[in-house]
Amino acid sequence: MAVELDVFVGNTTLIDKDVYQLWLDGYSVSDAVTIRIQSGILEQTGATQDVLESDTMDHYRAFQMLERLLHCPSKLTNQLLFQIPPPMQSMLIEKYYTFDEPFVREVLGKKLSKGTKKDLDDVSAKTTITLKSCRRQFDNFKRVFKVVEEMKGPLVENIQQNFLLSDRLASDYAAIVFFANNRFETGKKKLQYLTFEDFASCGKHLIHNWTLGAVDCMVDDMDVDLDREFLQDLKDLKVLITDKDLLDQHKSLVCTALRSKVSSFTEMEANFKNLSRALINIAAKLIHTKDVRDLFIDLVEKFIEPCKSDRLSCNDVGIFLTQYMNTARALDAFKHQSLWERYMGTIKSCIITMYHE
Amino acid sequence: MWFPIQRPERVSFGASAKPWMPFDSQQPNSHCYRLETNSELLCICSYTHLHWVPFSEDPNPVTHSSGPSTPLKNQTYSFSPSKSYSRQSSSSDTDLSLTPKTAAPSPEGPRIFLFPSSPPFSSGSPHHKSTQLLRSEALHSLTPPHSGYASPVCLRKTVSFNEELLLTASGMGSGSGGKDGVPLKALYRQQTQSAFEHREFPFFTLTTFPPGFLVHVGGVVSARSVKLLDRIHNPAFVGIMGNTRSYKLLDWNSFNADEPETRDAWWAEIRQEIKSHGKALGCHAVVGYSESTSICEEVCILSASGTAAVLNPKMLQDCSTEGCSEHRLSRQPSFFSTGSEKGEFDFFLQCQDSASILGLDDASSLGCSFCHIPYDELNMPFPAHLTYCYVCRKQKVPDVLFTTIEPPLEAAVTGKGCLIQARLCRQKKKTQGEANATAISNLLPFMEYELHTQLMNKLKLRGMNALFGLRIQITVGENMLMGLASATGLYLTALPSPGGIQIAGKTPNDSSYEQHISNIQKKINDTIIKNREIYEINPPEILEELLGSPIPETRQRSRLFRSQSESSDDVSELDLSHGKKDAFVLEIDDADAVEDIHSLLTDTPTPAGFYSCNTEIMPGINNWTSDLQMFTTVRVFRLNNVTGLTSHGLNKAFSDLCENLLKTLYFKLRSMVPCCLCHVNFNVALPEDELIQVSVTAVAITYDKDQAQYVTKVCTDKTILKASVENEDQLQFTLELCMESQSSQSALHFSPCKTMGITESGNLQQVTPAAQRATSVDYSSFADRCSSWIEFIKQKAQTIRRGSIKTIASLDKASPLAEAHTHHRSPISCTTSTVTVVEMTPLSFIPGAKIAKYLGIINMFFIRETTSLREEGGVSGFLHAFIAEVFAIVRAHVAALGGNAVVSYIMKQCVFMENANKNQAQCLINVSGDAVNLFRDADVESAPSQPQTSGLQIGNGSGDVVT
Repeated sequence: MAVELDVFVGNTTLIDKDVYQLWLDGYSVSDAVTIRIQSGILEQTGATQDVLESDTMDHYRAFQMLERLLHCPSKLTNQLLFQIPPPMQSMLIEKYYTFDEPFVREVLGKKLSKGTKKDLDDVSAKTTITLKSCRRQFDNFKRVFKVVEEMKGPLVENIQQNFLLSDRLASDYAAIVFFANNRFETGKKKLQYLTFEDFASCGKHLIHNWTLGAVDCMVDDMDVDLDREFLQDLKDLKVLITDKDLLDQHKSLVCTALRSKVSSFTEMEANFKNLSRALINIAAKLIHTKDVRDLFIDLVEKFIEPCKSDRLSCNDVGIFLTQYMNTARALDAFKHQSLWERYMGTIKSCIITMYHE
Repeated sequence: MWFPIQRPERVSFGASAKPWMPFDSQQPNSHCYRLETNSELLCICSYTHLHWVPFSEDPNPVTHSSGPSTPLKNQTYSFSPSKSYSRQSSSSDTDLSLTPKTAAPSPEGPRIFLFPSSPPFSSGSPHHKSTQLLRSEALHSLTPPHSGYASPVCLRKTVSFNEELLLTASGMGSGSGGKDGVPLKALYRQQTQSAFEHREFPFFTLTTFPPGFLVHVGGVVSARSVKLLDRIHNPAFVGIMGNTRSYKLLDWNSFNADEPETRDAWWAEIRQEIKSHGKALGCHAVVGYSESTSICEEVCILSASGTAAVLNPKMLQDCSTEGCSEHRLSRQPSFFSTGSEKGEFDFFLQCQDSASILGLDDASSLGCSFCHIPYDELNMPFPAHLTYCYVCRKQKVPDVLFTTIEPPLEAAVTGKGCLIQARLCRQKKKTQGEANATAISNLLPFMEYELHTQLMNKLKLRGMNALFGLRIQITVGENMLMGLASATGLYLTALPSPGGIQIAGKTPNDSSYEQHISNIQKKINDTIIKNREIYEINPPEILEELLGSPIPETRQRSRLFRSQSESSDDVSELDLSHGKKDAFVLEIDDADAVEDIHSLLTDTPTPAGFYSCNTEIMPGINNWTSDLQMFTTVRVFRLNNVTGLTSHGLNKAFSDLCENLLKTLYFKLRSMVPCCLCHVNFNVALPEDELIQVSVTAVAITYDKDQAQYVTKVCTDKTILKASVENEDQLQFTLELCMESQSSQSALHFSPCKTMGITESGNLQQVTPAAQRATSVDYSSFADRCSSWIEFIKQKAQTIRRGSIKTIASLDKASPLAEAHTHHRSPISCTTSTVTVVEMTPLSFIPGAKIAKYLGIINMFFIRETTSLREEGGVSGFLHAFIAEVFAIVRAHVAALGGNAVVSYIMKQCVFMENANKNQAQCLINVSGDAVNLFRDADVESAPSQPQTSGLQIGNGSGDVVT
């Protein structure tokens, strides 16, 4: 005897969170059933496998119908087809837009194009996340990107309003959109030790300080594009390394402040010029889009790695950068104080975030 | 599209004035007596509408006999007495008549009565017994047929088709009660009869009644008839259609003009039959009455069933006389005028008082009265074990009681109930016309008997003694017949405790066999003990001597027969059945029997935390929460190689199918535990040769396990009754207010609805545990509040329709409704969502809520076709989306009317057809229910003043919005 048709429809749409997760993870019905059986649900409930299969099928069908609504979460809350209690709606949306860390590390900073989508099977193989799930996450990124790309106002708020996401998820998406827009390189081997969280927090600092929105809050793309003018001005900071007097003066000020405060003072003193040169050079190059993309790799190669090779602690690096930034105020010949602080404040935060094993 | 709107079962729809229409209890449109759902006051307020079935048959028996059914009668009684006996006492199959070919052109032609072929009926054979048992389907017990005396009794009744004789017989029976009550009771019986005598069809489709209204319940009466729909022989018709399958969906009215009259006659016969069964049981009315049809090709099974009952003569007379109905009418407006008048309440009290005058007070207050036998103990219409009532110990009760009604509120129930199903599948040859009808007719009695046996066994296995809400559905397909009986089993305190089930082996010499049998026996005993625990059946121990029971054994047992024709031709069984045997014996005489017992035991028990019933409420659970989930589930199974399956294989397949369906439901709803599946309504269809379609609509309601039990027997507590009636007056007052204030919407109201609204809300209060609490609310402001809420809701509905969201958002908080939503709303979505939550339930009420207003009947037909079946996710995807949309449309419709719930929701039709090769599918769905506006008790209590003020503000502002 074969079941030809089997549907269960509730007036209030029944949603099993576990099945939803399995669906989101891209498992087929039969895989999902196997996983559910392994979870011991049969023993707990006394159900049989066919009951489980039927239940899973019902849920999958419902999710499939819900999916197109989930693409536009505001529609989900106003649709009439499925009666879903609001907390459940929020859960559905939140989980649908939740992404896997390994996956996002793979695509972070990549162009959200068809080409990238084609490479998703490699990503899937590498991360052991199902291709289906990869596609959903990729499409989510792309969808959010498309919607907020050209929008006025703060990026996080835009995302929150259009996709009804939680604060945390919305700010993660803001970082993803920002990285995708500026195509920051995150995939290099040297950057592999960094987590998505590291990048997201760097992204937040960059959005906050370096974008157009940091100066004017009513322009288009305010949080997505970097402030070109600011980047252009950064070349003026070169004076700190090209002017010998300024460099020496800066070094002595920093060293005075650091003495007896950091454990590895001698290494810092010896390396000061190199480190200073590295940071200023990074700043000066940011005028080129390509070098903007390489911001993180440059920071790691030019600054973090030398520090690490000297076995400086994170704390020491923090103190050094603080003093390095603050003492510039005392340099009478240095005229670009606000520019300097806008640049160094962000770089300092980024380096501290990135300075770990 | 060739998919026609009509399905044979629904011969026509819309507000047809066809006299037979109202009988279809599933057809709510515009007939006020569809209120078969809980409506206590209904039968009083609009009483005259109710029991007076607008049936056009001439009451004059002479005239009647000239009608089409006369030949049948004549023919019937010309048969041998034993056969006519079967006919008369049968509830089930009596009218297994069909129109022979020769009769096709003329309804006047002779009718042939078909019985299962002769051997089983030869007197004295086991088959005879089984048939007898079958016949007693109408009756309530399946006790060993003492063929010695049963036959004469039945014969007497049989021969006396004459109404007067029957009346006399039942009149005689009236004297059987307790000594003190005899004269009065007899008197009242007579009065009642006289009140009913001029009423030909004392049928009530209602299933709930005011306390004390049901004096006695006799048992289930039913009748079935197999008919041929002649139109297939109409060559013009076949020529037009040219499709052998599609014609069955067409309205044949257009092809045969005189058909409606013929069908009226068919139903007339069946009703007459039901009526006479009722009389045979000493009852003058049939309650919980319903009619149904099953059609396959040109053959049609007409079924009717109900519960024979004796109604309270005082209440009846009050309503039946002309003056009294005027009195009622004059009183009705007072409901609306002010809240202070307690007319209804007085009436209730009056009834109770009058009942006490009649000497019925003991029984009615003890909740056992309705269990007492209405028939004569000495001249029982069928063999049954009688004992003295276990509650009042004065009057006789049967050992088992089957009914089609809801458990009366006053019923004394021990423990909880459970859903009991009997399932059966019988193969038949694929034949046409006459032969087909004959085959079906031959199968029907056995099916009925087998279903009955299954019900009885399962009831005993659960340690229960009564069935409520019994619904037997026989579905006819091209090559099989399906029978599905669903009921809610209960333990009525008044009835004796059921005995166990004893297994008897056929070959007692074989020791290994004995071992096997004793194993099964042990299993059965264990199951019974376990079930008693699950359903909390702990009846108080009563000594038999005190009761003076005619049955000597403490554990009364009865004998069970299996209907297997191939297994029960053993003459020795006769001996076992003779006399008062104490064993409910289950004979194992072949492999099939083992399977039967096996299937009996393998009925999966409801998982912990679940109860299920097919009635509206489960007695014993009163602390419902407002968390409910209505659902519809549809399954279609393909039986591979039907002809290759044995009868038992087929049975098992069908049984497994239903079991699995239930298991799936329990699994899916496990998050709602503890909960009860209420109104579990199975529908079986055989859309194609090898396809079985089962659809279930039910509601799962959670209950609070820890909360203290509310009052269980509302009826006996006068103060509670008073409270609820007071409350009701207020509601009615409010209702009237709304009617006036909502003149713009009044076009949407069906007039019968108003009555329904009043009565059902009244009833609701009795069911709703919070009714008492609500009485503490200040009523003078309550009415105002109600009206202002409604005003607001109306406005809200209009606003939604106009698509203006701004007003909603700003006023959201003001509505108690919206407030309820915001409880659950997440901070993110609350600002954007404008969707009204609409609850749907097949019950007539929603626990923890009061119905403020009835907004009209929802009755919708949907037809959907797809030509891209695969793309839509196959048949399941197609139907899933369709049902979800049907729900959504109903909800939207209700919301647009300003309502927030649908009660008495049913899916009356779900016809699904597919052609996978063509990538096509069609589906027709018909749903109906009552749109209501309700408010939660919780809202009233938590914010008694706030809604009022805010509501008024809205009222002020609404002027601009509405215009």
